[in-house]
Amino acid sequence: MTFLVLDGLQKIYGTHQVVQRFDLSVERGEFISFLGSSGCGKTTTLRMVAGFETPTVGTIRVDGRDVTQLAPNQRKVGMVFQSYALFPNMTVAQNVAFGLKVAGKSPAEIKTRVGEMLELIKLPKLADRYPYQMSGGQQQRVALARAIATKPQILLLDEPLSALDAKIRVSLRDDIRTLQRELGITTIYVTHDQEEALSMSDRIVVMSEGRMEQVGTPFEIYNRPATRFVASFVGHLNLLKATVVAPSEGRITVNGQAIRTAAALNGVPVGAPLTLALRPEAIRIGASETGNRLDGTISDVAFLGAIVRIRVQVGDNRLSLDTFNNPGSPPPARGEAVHLGFSPEDLHSVSDA
Amino acid sequence: MEQPLEALALPTAQPSRPLRRLPTMPLAWLGVVPFFVFALMFLLLPTLFLIAGAFQDPDGHFTLQNLRDLLAPNIISAYWISIEISAASALGGAFFGALLAAAVVLNGLPGWLRPTLMTFSGVASNFAGLPLAFAFLATLGRMGLVTVLLSSLLGFNLYRTGFNILSFWGLTITYLYFQIPLMVLILTPALDGLKKEWREASQTLGATPWQYWRMIAFPVLWPSLLGTTLLLFANSFGAVATAYGLTGSTLNIVTILLYAQIRGDVLHNQNLGYALALGMIVITGLSNVAYIVLRTRSERWLK
Ligand SMILES: Nc1ncnc2c1ncn2[C@@H]1O[C@H](COP(=O)(O)OP(=O)(O)OP(=O)(O)O)[C@@H](O)[C@H]1O
Ligand SMILES: [Mg+2]
Repeated sequence: MTFLVLDGLQKIYGTHQVVQRFDLSVERGEFISFLGSSGCGKTTTLRMVAGFETPTVGTIRVDGRDVTQLAPNQRKVGMVFQSYALFPNMTVAQNVAFGLKVAGKSPAEIKTRVGEMLELIKLPKLADRYPYQMSGGQQQRVALARAIATKPQILLLDEPLSALDAKIRVSLRDDIRTLQRELGITTIYVTHDQEEALSMSDRIVVMSEGRMEQVGTPFEIYNRPATRFVASFVGHLNLLKATVVAPSEGRITVNGQAIRTAAALNGVPVGAPLTLALRPEAIRIGASETGNRLDGTISDVAFLGAIVRIRVQVGDNRLSLDTFNNPGSPPPARGEAVHLGFSPEDLHSVSDA
Repeated sequence: MEQPLEALALPTAQPSRPLRRLPTMPLAWLGVVPFFVFALMFLLLPTLFLIAGAFQDPDGHFTLQNLRDLLAPNIISAYWISIEISAASALGGAFFGALLAAAVVLNGLPGWLRPTLMTFSGVASNFAGLPLAFAFLATLGRMGLVTVLLSSLLGFNLYRTGFNILSFWGLTITYLYFQIPLMVLILTPALDGLKKEWREASQTLGATPWQYWRMIAFPVLWPSLLGTTLLLFANSFGAVATAYGLTGSTLNIVTILLYAQIRGDVLHNQNLGYALALGMIVITGLSNVAYIVLRTRSERWLK
């Protein structure tokens, strides 16, 4: 059931169009990520949902109600900021209680709810600490508890983990996701970290320069990138320059070597240039009989532990592929000639838009 | 004898440590030596000298008479007027200074206004003493420019309203000239320290702007506000040249009384002067200590 609708949102500052036609329907309880590089309008879109910015064009509906003109304190959204933004003059318990107190809840009710919240973020012992007495990770947990204590309709998080160090980032990521699932709260999560977006989200909105590039599940975004931008932004994708030979049969050449795609390349003229995407993990060393085969030379080998990342030059295309470490045999050496095998199903043509 | 021997032996046993430490330590300390010398000669020693003097009679014998003399009605009233003027100018400075600082920090005024105000405040907060006194005499004195302009252009006689620059309120207004800018200078960083996210977080949690100010912004600011007011108090409590330049000896405030004791006119009693100064040190000291305590508290929060 559709819960949150962003309908044709646009935001223009002066002459600068920061958000261009943003259309999105979010299900109740869904976890959506906005993924994109710096300045692409993620925060601006989120702030329109929160009510801090008014869309230049478009409407926002929550549960069927138009909230576009509603002030932030009327919207029942919870927000978590990159900088934690805990109130410095209040203890942990007072911070978590703030929204309840403002809503006029009884002291007894507030006490119970704050206790529950602190239990939920696993910090019941820190109730009387002040923000300056806590680590960044602890502060962000408290900020999360504060945001959900009032049972908001929507939870908005703007790069909540980017000020934390790597280890805490990963553990807090899991905690946020678990909590979100348990509470079933509709969530928008802004990040520029693809790993975060891929691992946490039900669906991802990939954004670039104020445009929605693609909306889809992590699986779809990763394996079927719709545009060249998405392909290059998400994961280490190999882009191959190919020439079309027989569009209807999917036959093409890469550096003069004939291969084919699984899908027909309808509408592409013979002899036209084409960009193809191929995931590193879809490539094997050693050609198979049935699939595609490309011959090349190993240009680089990086031993990353469990994974060995190998770069292979095929004419002017450079492909990256990952193999698992095999304790029984050392990785190939630079300069070695190799055959690369991959299945036609793994080749996707991407648009240049 | 054993300790020094061990200490001497240490460098040969562990040569790397003393070698690395030796060159940096003395150099760093050298830099702060002038400060310590200065503080010792012009702050610590005079204070000790003054405290000692307050407990001596002119022949150098110990006495409590000087302190008892502080209770004389004219001296009590001098302290009282000083405290009143300082409090009035501190509260006035704090109020108008806070409004000014809030106006440039919080609201969307044109960009050039803030640096201009800050530069002006930097200059004005240091403009005190005789030049300030004469500047005010020249503008708001009986024959001052503003006074004359008011009466000739608008037919408004300022002095007929009871105003007198050589009075309690005259002095207070003059002090405001450096008190307001000082408040602006100190409070602006504190207002900058109010994070935009606090307001936004409070809004998403359902708070009204008034609730934000009452429950977050004001509690965060009040140590700075109160502390700075105390600093302003101490600042005008100790001002002497401005007061003397402006009112001569017509206004009976402590610093002028003190000046009279030390200068050596009819009232001359040096040891009573020391006692007067001691009383001032206590009052100024107390308000400064309170200022530091409050400031530490607000800085802890704003980290
Ligand atoms: N109030 C404003 N006035 C003018 N331009 C603005 C304003 N707020 C944001 N912008 C511009 O809008 C664009 C998008 O900003 P936004 O903060 O939404 O990006 P973002 O995707 O969140 O980036 P980041 O990852 O760096 O946080 C930027 O080019 C920014 O300069
Ligand atoms: Mg942002």
